[in-house]
Amino acid sequence: MLRLTNIYKTYDNQPLLNGISFSVAQGETVCLLGASGSGKSTILRIIAGLEQPEKGDVAWDGQSLAGVAVHQRNFGLMFQDYALFPHMTVFENVAFGLKSRANWQFALQKSANTRFAPRVREVLEVVNMAGFANRRVTELSGGEQQRVALARALAPNPRLLMLDEPLGALDRALRESLLAELRGILHQSGIPAIYVTHDQQEAFTLADTIILLHAGEISQRGSPAEVFAKPASGRVASFLGLGNVVKAVCVEGQKMRIEADISPKPSADLLIHCGHHHRPGDKVTLLIRPAARLDAAGRVAGRVADVVFRGEDFRVTLEGGLYFHLSAAPKLGELVRLSPEKVECLDGN
Amino acid sequence: MPSNPKNLLAWLLPLTFLGLFFFYPLARILALSLDFATISVGYWPRIFSVIAFTFFQALISSLITLLIGLPLAFLFARFDFPAKTPLRALTAIPFMLPTVVVAAGFNALLGPRGWLNLALMGTLGLETPPIAFIGTIWAIFAAHVFYNTTIVIRLVGDAWSRLDTRLSDAARSLGASPARTFWQVTLPLLRPAIFASSLLVFLFDFSSYGVILLLGGPRFATLEVEIYIQALQLLNLQAAALLSLIQLLCTLGLSTLYSRYILHAASPIKSVERIPRPARTLPEKAFVAALAIFCIGFFALPLLALPMRSLTRIEADRARSAEIRPAFTTDYYYELFINRRGSLFYVPPVEAAINSLSYASLSVVLSLLLGFPAALALTRPGPLEKWLDPFLMLPLGASAVTLGLGYIITFNKPIPLLATFHLPLSTASLLTSPLLIPLAHTTIALPFVIRNLQAALVTIPQRYREAAAVLGASPFHVWRTVDLPIISRAVISAGAFAFTISMGEFGAASLLARPEYPTLPTAIYRFLSQPGGMNYGQAMAMATILMLTCGLGIFLIEKLRLPGAGEL
Repeated sequence: MLRLTNIYKTYDNQPLLNGISFSVAQGETVCLLGASGSGKSTILRIIAGLEQPEKGDVAWDGQSLAGVAVHQRNFGLMFQDYALFPHMTVFENVAFGLKSRANWQFALQKSANTRFAPRVREVLEVVNMAGFANRRVTELSGGEQQRVALARALAPNPRLLMLDEPLGALDRALRESLLAELRGILHQSGIPAIYVTHDQQEAFTLADTIILLHAGEISQRGSPAEVFAKPASGRVASFLGLGNVVKAVCVEGQKMRIEADISPKPSADLLIHCGHHHRPGDKVTLLIRPAARLDAAGRVAGRVADVVFRGEDFRVTLEGGLYFHLSAAPKLGELVRLSPEKVECLDGN
Repeated sequence: MPSNPKNLLAWLLPLTFLGLFFFYPLARILALSLDFATISVGYWPRIFSVIAFTFFQALISSLITLLIGLPLAFLFARFDFPAKTPLRALTAIPFMLPTVVVAAGFNALLGPRGWLNLALMGTLGLETPPIAFIGTIWAIFAAHVFYNTTIVIRLVGDAWSRLDTRLSDAARSLGASPARTFWQVTLPLLRPAIFASSLLVFLFDFSSYGVILLLGGPRFATLEVEIYIQALQLLNLQAAALLSLIQLLCTLGLSTLYSRYILHAASPIKSVERIPRPARTLPEKAFVAALAIFCIGFFALPLLALPMRSLTRIEADRARSAEIRPAFTTDYYYELFINRRGSLFYVPPVEAAINSLSYASLSVVLSLLLGFPAALALTRPGPLEKWLDPFLMLPLGASAVTLGLGYIITFNKPIPLLATFHLPLSTASLLTSPLLIPLAHTTIALPFVIRNLQAALVTIPQRYREAAAVLGASPFHVWRTVDLPIISRAVISAGAFAFTISMGEFGAASLLARPEYPTLPTAIYRFLSQPGGMNYGQAMAMATILMLTCGLGIFLIEKLRLPGAGEL
């Protein structure tokens, strides 16, 4: 298993990674989730050995990889724009990693191709690209290139697979279908994987463990369900799009009053259920989940600023910015009163 | 779209000129070369050995150039280091310098009177120079590498810096060692650029003339040198014409191949903007330092040795044993003005400089007068212009020596008589006139001038004029503030081009310059091939003057270059 210990790296004298530690167990898929510039691609490059950390250590099964060259690590890395070799066919691309294992003078010979043909065919079938072996990679569509890149990374049976925003360059429909396939392939192969993305949907779909990165530090880690249920901070909650993150003041007990500049203010103080002990006057961060229903006795009131049809329900934004998911669409400008289903306090998570 | 009638008028002068001074002489060469049956049987083996040597020296020169150019291309494409920009500019300077200057530079560094030999004689107490470099094939190779490495650095370096670094990262992560990554990923992707640059280097080495004549000496004859020998020394014009034809066909074939491959080399390799980075590890730092030092040594030393040698007197202490004591002197420069021999036929070098300056000025005026209407016509192209455009570039393909030969054949009255008796101008043909050299130089410079002007003229978009007009400018004001600055800039730059080309041109001048009207390059050649320290020193002084003049021209061209303009 892979273990990163206290990885530290600067870029232009700014800390890029500031003490990153995590591990990936056998068969586990870890998603590194963070905005662009959060240093997640650099973590992959450090694990692959393409860059050296300034402090900290990368170890496999307890053995440090510090002195091990890139090509001796046997980690698969799939690049954001795939980085397929443009001067080779699909077959040659996929066979490239297989030939590394062989004596490389042998790898130059034509007969090498017949020896590796079965494995190439096998992985091309896994990614649904059987029959494309002799095509030039420059003739392939984006989705096809993505599949070939995955096959190329899988072919040598790497002990770890790293994917750097593999779906980033594709359009939405293709992303969704490929995401499902990728999930199947990762679970079937049993290869531990690190998946880097800025898209929380991808992360929630694929991950056994999500690691949230912010400003070079890990802001939260956990299973998708844990992260969803208990975001560590207001920042995490809003990055993940879990609901309205607002500042509030404790009135008394479990009664909180929203502090933010929202008008009209909720007609009554919101009630939360959290295990923390708050004293009147304490400042707290609240997460108001969007699920809500219209309710004449509801504690949130406001004028409707925007209504977006979402299929199963409507996303209704009130003047001031709070948004909710409602089953019926109110009119624009209408004064509504509603009850959010869940209000949580994020302090102490 | 019918041709613009104004264009027809614009074409009149340039086409008449090119017809008379390029295509007609070329046709005369072709006609004469068809007479090859009259070439004596005994000469044929010589032709074949000349062809063989031409290919051989070009092949070896190109290989060495590639061997040195590739690491340098890598250095400039992938690393940041102090003084990178000036160093890169330094490698490009030789390419633009006249051959006589380069030859004089190598002579000043490695020749029998050069710094290295002087230093060795001084420290070892030798009577004779220990290193025989000038006159060997190594001098030819060295000068060719000195000239053309910049082509490899530029073409391959550009491709290398555009090469997606993640491709080699991907290869490494797939288990490929650095060596296998280079051979199977990097090299195949650079192959078109390497091939195109090798072809171009080969083309230049193949048609090398001045370097062979000045540094190789009489033992080595390429096609170009052999044309000179046959035409001027043996007066065998048929043979010279045939050699010219062979040379022309080879050049044509090579440049066709090149233009096909340069397209592949330029084909966009998908790349991420990847800024070169400083060397980090110890081997990287050693690599960068070693190559940077090599660059300075190889490219700067000959250029520094020349002016220093022109200001240093060494022969004065000859009487006293083998002790060599260099001393500062400006004698060589003063001597340029003096006709010490009192000979009627001896022309003091300063007159060569004056000749060169007046030829160059005439070439500037002529090529601008001819080039401007042509460039103007090319900016509003009709079917005629599209058809004519490649024709205007043809003079680039013919060598200067061939052009000189064409003039000799075309503007010829019996040469032996003229050469023997120095007939006065009135009774003889155009050949005795000093005018032929500026005409030849105009022909050579014209394609550059036209391209330079054309590139500038098309950058004056109608929108600028409209914008200026909308802002309330009168048509004259618009012309003065928008058109004029761009045009005058382009005219100065194109003129500097023609001037620099004419000042340094050696091939045509060596065939056409009469003893009484030498140019600077032909005078340098003559002084270098004569014995004596004073002749040598004067050659150094003249070459220094020529180097500085051309350097000024190059500087002016670079300063005035519009973005994207001036690349042929």
